Amino acid sequence: MKPIIELNNLTFKYQRTDARPALEDVSLSINQGEWVAIIGHNGSGKSTLAKTINGLLLPESGSVVVGNKELNEENIWSVRKMVGMVFQNPDNQFVGATVEDDVAFGMENQGVPRDEMVERVKNALEQVRMSNFATKEPVRLSGGQKQRVAIAGVVALRPDIIILDEATSMLDPEGRAEVIATIKQIKEENNLTVLSITHDIDEAANANRVLVMRQGKLVDEGTPEKIFSAGPKLVEMGLDLPFPEKLKQSLKERGVAVPQNYLTEEGMVDWLWTSILNK
Amino acid sequence: MMNKLILGRYIPGDSLIHRLDPRAKLIASFYFIGIIFFANNWQSYLFLTLFTLGSIYLSKVDIGFFIRGVRPLLWLILFTVALQIFFTSGGEVYWRWGVFQLTEFGLRNGIFIFCRFVLIIFMSTLLTLTTPPLELSDAIEYLLRPLKAIKFPVHEISLMLSIALRFVPTLMDETEKIMNAQRARGVDFSEGNLVQKMKAVVPLLIPLFVSSFNRADDLATAMEARGYQGGEGRSKYRVLHWELRDTITIIAFVILTIGLIYLRN
Repeated sequence: MKPIIELNNLTFKYQRTDARPALEDVSLSINQGEWVAIIGHNGSGKSTLAKTINGLLLPESGSVVVGNKELNEENIWSVRKMVGMVFQNPDNQFVGATVEDDVAFGMENQGVPRDEMVERVKNALEQVRMSNFATKEPVRLSGGQKQRVAIAGVVALRPDIIILDEATSMLDPEGRAEVIATIKQIKEENNLTVLSITHDIDEAANANRVLVMRQGKLVDEGTPEKIFSAGPKLVEMGLDLPFPEKLKQSLKERGVAVPQNYLTEEGMVDWLWTSILNK
Repeated sequence: MMNKLILGRYIPGDSLIHRLDPRAKLIASFYFIGIIFFANNWQSYLFLTLFTLGSIYLSKVDIGFFIRGVRPLLWLILFTVALQIFFTSGGEVYWRWGVFQLTEFGLRNGIFIFCRFVLIIFMSTLLTLTTPPLELSDAIEYLLRPLKAIKFPVHEISLMLSIALRFVPTLMDETEKIMNAQRARGVDFSEGNLVQKMKAVVPLLIPLFVSSFNRADDLATAMEARGYQGGEGRSKYRVLHWELRDTITIIAFVILTIGLIYLRN
């Protein structure tokens, strides 16, 4: 597999006088079709990292390569075409006056002809299951619905990469599950690369790979299983414990010998019933 | 407080007037306000009134909305009418007291001014009640287009207009939330004299401003991430269609003008 995003020794400061850079010597590469989650405390530089990938922030040193193109002032707009971003606040990224206008906004910017726009708006809204809301105004939608519209706006642009910048952090659990399911399905259909920046354990569990950031540095990376088996350390990383881990903790406190490695919910159920039967 | 405001509200519907092209409606409304000043006798005012009532009938919007639209301006209208009635001289004098006088001309002018006010309000209310704000801003953008020749930023103005319109309800919600949050902390918005009331508004205004700045920042980032580079090279998703009924509307206004010129003395 070929890498679609490469960051080499990236350093970024918001102000020249900042004592500590927001990003310090970050290097990573993401393959095409991969789902990567970036986790970390508030202020660990996750969102800054996301913004450097499509040139919303320009790094102080180091390079960003997206789809074989090194990001610079000339090709910034063609890089932005490849990268779709969904941000945190559902209200503040809704540009259009109605759902269909908002989905069309990105295409208008690219000068897509109107007939094609109508077609693509329709398809994108079908993909996120919001077709019935095409002419509704944002005030009439829930937070999760607005985020789905934002995803439709990105999907309609047919990017290669979708970056979710804490896209589910302002949603209720229901809206969260909805949005993640939508992204998952769209990713499979279009072979997209997804980079999700999150505090949400389920979102991170969906990833192929998890990167952990702390104080502007990349400190750990691995499969969700590997990262989740860190147990209580997860809380320090800015993540909640997955439910099976919480259960293991409680069992441990009661003197039950639990397996060290990470178990999914199903794995935990399997282990529980086999260990009870074996007694 | 906002529910009482009829001006600028849109009542969804599917009447002939609703389906008209917003450009036709906008031009027609402005034109109507212009020619209303040509009317100068009771026949011409009656003609205009019948035309207005006919348009209202065609829109199938309850007349109550229009009357409520006049209400906030009632005192202004009555004040102007009173000035006209008591200070116009000429014609037969019915009554006189100091500088005040009630004359034939005064009475006539008063009634005409009253009609003028009400008809203008009715027509502009008809425009806003039957046209979604978004279509209005599209129409304004279209009609401003010729100004591009003198470097007037038409695209920017229309973008600002449509973003402003889209954020009105969002900001209203937020105002409500901040007000309630401040009330919960003991701020009283309705009591006290003028100075105290103004002071009470500060804990509402400042958070609202700050959050608007944050919103603007987020929105600009989101727009840029979606490839917004300004008005150049953009295509448009919503387009306006000028149809036969719009041309007929314009013709109706031409007939109105001819009738008006014929009836005035």
